[in-house]
Amino acid sequence: MQFSENWLRTFVNPNLNSGELSHALTMAGLEVEDSQPAGAIFTHVVIGEIIEASKHPDADRLQVCKVNIGNTVLQIVCGASNARVGLKAPCALVGAALPGIAIKEAKVRGVESFGMMCSAKELGLATEASGLLELPADATVGQDIREYLSLNDHLLTLKLTPNRADCLSILGIARDVAAITGAPLNVPKITSTNITSQRTMAVLVNAPQACPAYFGRAIEGVNAQAKTPDWMTRNLERSGVHSISAIVDITNYVLLELGQPMHAFDLAKLGDHIEVRFAKAGESLVLLNDTEVKLKTDDLVIASNGGAVALAGIMGGVQTSVSDATTNIFLESAFFTPDVIAGKARRLGLSTDSSYRFERGVDFGNTLSALERATALILEVCGGKAGAITQAVTVLPTRHTVNLRYARLLSVLGISIPQATVGVLLKQLGFEYAETEAGFAVQAPSYRFDIAREEDLIEEIARLHGYDKIPAINPIANLSILDAPEAAWNKAAVAGVLQSQGYQEVVTYSFVDASWERDLMNNKNPIVLKNPIASNLSVMRSGLWGGLLDALTYNLNRKQERAMLFEIGASYFYGQEVYREEMRVSGLCHGAFQPEQWAEKSRDVDFYDVKATVDALTHGQAEYRQEGHPALHPGQSARVYLRGKAIGWLGKLHPKWLQQYALTKNTVLFELTLDDLLKTKVATYQEVSKFLPVRRDIAVVVDADLPIQTIVKAVYAAKINLLQELQLFDVYQGKGIAENKKSLAFLVLMQDTHKTLLDTEVDAVIAKLLKLLEKNFGASLRS
Amino acid sequence: MANLEYLIAESQNDFNACVDMPALENAKAKYLGKAGALTEALKGLGKLSNEERPAAGAAINVVKQAVEAALNARREAILNAAQAQQLAQESIDVTLPARAQSQGGLHPVTLTLQRIEQLFHSIGFDVATGPEIETDFYNFTALNIPENHPARAMHDTFYVDESNVLRTHTSPVQIHYMEDKAPPLKIIAPGRVYRVDSDATHSPMFHQVEGLWVDENISFANLKGVVQDFLQKFFERDDLTVRFRPSFFPFTEPSAEMDMSWNGGWLEIGGCGMVHPEVFKHVNIDSEKYRGFAFGLGVERLAMLRYGVNDLRHFFNNDLRFLQQFNK
Repeated sequence: MQFSENWLRTFVNPNLNSGELSHALTMAGLEVEDSQPAGAIFTHVVIGEIIEASKHPDADRLQVCKVNIGNTVLQIVCGASNARVGLKAPCALVGAALPGIAIKEAKVRGVESFGMMCSAKELGLATEASGLLELPADATVGQDIREYLSLNDHLLTLKLTPNRADCLSILGIARDVAAITGAPLNVPKITSTNITSQRTMAVLVNAPQACPAYFGRAIEGVNAQAKTPDWMTRNLERSGVHSISAIVDITNYVLLELGQPMHAFDLAKLGDHIEVRFAKAGESLVLLNDTEVKLKTDDLVIASNGGAVALAGIMGGVQTSVSDATTNIFLESAFFTPDVIAGKARRLGLSTDSSYRFERGVDFGNTLSALERATALILEVCGGKAGAITQAVTVLPTRHTVNLRYARLLSVLGISIPQATVGVLLKQLGFEYAETEAGFAVQAPSYRFDIAREEDLIEEIARLHGYDKIPAINPIANLSILDAPEAAWNKAAVAGVLQSQGYQEVVTYSFVDASWERDLMNNKNPIVLKNPIASNLSVMRSGLWGGLLDALTYNLNRKQERAMLFEIGASYFYGQEVYREEMRVSGLCHGAFQPEQWAEKSRDVDFYDVKATVDALTHGQAEYRQEGHPALHPGQSARVYLRGKAIGWLGKLHPKWLQQYALTKNTVLFELTLDDLLKTKVATYQEVSKFLPVRRDIAVVVDADLPIQTIVKAVYAAKINLLQELQLFDVYQGKGIAENKKSLAFLVLMQDTHKTLLDTEVDAVIAKLLKLLEKNFGASLRS
Repeated sequence: MANLEYLIAESQNDFNACVDMPALENAKAKYLGKAGALTEALKGLGKLSNEERPAAGAAINVVKQAVEAALNARREAILNAAQAQQLAQESIDVTLPARAQSQGGLHPVTLTLQRIEQLFHSIGFDVATGPEIETDFYNFTALNIPENHPARAMHDTFYVDESNVLRTHTSPVQIHYMEDKAPPLKIIAPGRVYRVDSDATHSPMFHQVEGLWVDENISFANLKGVVQDFLQKFFERDDLTVRFRPSFFPFTEPSAEMDMSWNGGWLEIGGCGMVHPEVFKHVNIDSEKYRGFAFGLGVERLAMLRYGVNDLRHFFNNDLRFLQQFNK
């Protein structure tokens, strides 16, 4: 909420300068998020009256004026077309500093000039101006213009929290300032208007729970075209409200001053009575902003002549609105229940000053006096005769007694404060209370909608006591050592492995381009955001490769030639009406496997380089099966299995995506589910043999398409006694080997924990091994 | 018996003239070989009388030892020279760069999160996590933000459907955790959160750390104590203080904005407060017996201050030239 500091100071004027006042408000929870001077900074400008004007002898467009500034008369050369005898306008004296101009004695085309008559633009009060700023005839000659226009003011903007609806008015802010500072509160005295018109309007409230209080009155014979007084326009404009017409301005003024939204209807356009009811099915209404809204049966309306004429508490209808031709009005001041108004404006895409206040809570103790205040202002500005007030008041909200226990207050806040002081603070806040055994039985005033329980009062006491007086005290607590499962890896450990392997971590958005999901994940039904920030960030990712490729492209465009990237983050799924998330660790290698260097020949990254990463993440326990993935090269992709479970993928980016993403070098990707990597084992000791192992090398010829993993797995599964390790050290195809065959060279390690192996035992193991290979895979010993 | 002492000098000269081992072996033969001068002299001892022989033998031996010493010295010198030459040949430029491997590194947000986790772990906080696609209930209702509450509008929420949202804060993790575990509780909940907001100072996705401590005698002053202690340790500055300002969050009361003293001014660092009884009610914790505090910290904000990063957008551009600055 924006408002004029000077306006506030007419209600409460603490002995604080503008900055101190802002700080006090902020520290009391009414955060001042902006403070701007009301007008441009300038000095030495007074009100001057032109008492003589004659043509400049040497210039057609200039006049030589005699200007009365009270104590003296100055000769000033002036070029404004509206400069004329009798005009009162701002006069900048010699020595004045205006925005961008310093005023000095000058000769203008040979005629001496001692100052400058000013336009609003020259004073920095407007961005455009034609001619001098014309001041009313009753302006006091010689008065400082800053004083006259009340320019020594600040526009303060409060960032109010939703619980403090009571501060959505000058009165409300003033109340809090009085409570914080102890300065006296000067509320304008509001008296009942004399009834001079017989005109009344019947009000029928059909929804008393939604509208517990409705006050209205007719005012006849108003001049709808009356000019809004300058002081009112100024206060409105400094609150960010533009002047529209006197009647509308007055309702807006009372809204800002007292926090009570009001509405003025053109009485001639209403029927013989009005009704407050919920909208009927299919009913519609054209609002003041010329939009037609289709109403729902939980929208509260003001109705007359059988149809809705206003959306209660939100906006009036155009049909019954006040216009220049209006002479009789019906003025409404009501209390609508917050729950009834809440959300309705937003549903219609509206946010009005009225709905904003009603949905947060308007002081129901002030409805009548706000009507009287507005009536008085209308009579003063627009004239007219006021009719008797019609009221329909049923059951207003009750302010229940809330108990505040003194001991609990102290222990929740961790402060010490005398009990009597708590009572003083409650009083300062305008709360009624009775002392009880445990503390206080408190009743909040009608303008406070946020005091329903003990904590609300504790917060209020803390606020007035001062949050900055709360000490910082470390808690005293029972200690216990946290669980630390050794067989569990964590995210940091996984990231550490990747970091040590040369991967750089990135963080990419969880929402991605739908095309990434379609192309890379073959996901045609991704989770779609209803309100994405951009069309290319509109679906939730089911895998992380799109983001990695995007980060890669970003860096390639910045002259990087290779990259090793990883990300740990969630992927998102929907099925059987349930959303599911899975943390994934995903990596990408692009370009040369190693940085360009003198000692090693450069080569592009390949499948097996990245397979080493996956092995490291799975402690060498992973199995790889040649399976297809939409993002990957069909001949160079593998599904990764751990303990029999599919945990992810590894492979080279499919050439068609390579082309689509404009990549020219090898790109190898992996993605694994994080949780599956985190299960490890606590080590169990096994006896270390005192005897040296025996090594034999064998070479066998098998079918070219036989996966190595199948052979190794079968050998270990056979549990050949004494055979400890089978390790592939060469793969050969070519001369001497049939075309559809390959030669595999293994080193075989054998060992006994109890004795040195005899040659015969070694031979027996090798024989068994070869037999197994021959039987299972048709392997022959390479000669 | 002729005086043989001259052989010492003569052999030394001969040996020193040799530059390699074969030459030295040849030179050696001249003195110590089968027909060498000293061998001959020793053979001649047999011709001497018993009285003369010991003295003559001893004299020859003195010379022989001196010649052998000269030989060994030269032999060592030749070997040393050869080795020195080999070493000289094997010399390399030690300033050539090492065989290079990529230098990996962690994202500054991760570094910051790890640091936060480590600091809170040191006083017994567990790390808890929760889903990022949350139900309306967990993101709002259970946190005392009923439907149509004005606070919902403050959240700029991404919706995936009528009743599911991208979580706007890490506070829902509190609810999940308190549903599962009984007090006393001490957790932090780090993670991604989302708001429909994107400009120089707002990212539609960012990271928060939620902290929660529920116990019998936890106070608002304790909250200030823990947060201040954390910030002092995080920034390694003992002079850093925390200021609370009254604020409003439906799930805490009293609520506060946390400001941190920084370069003579104050910086907003997050929101906090005492867990609201309505929140405890949702998770069946007796709010008469237990109290708790909760706080939420912006991770990018902490990272920016810690590392002097001046633009939020750096964290999500993933420019390697930015990221690699954190690979210490």
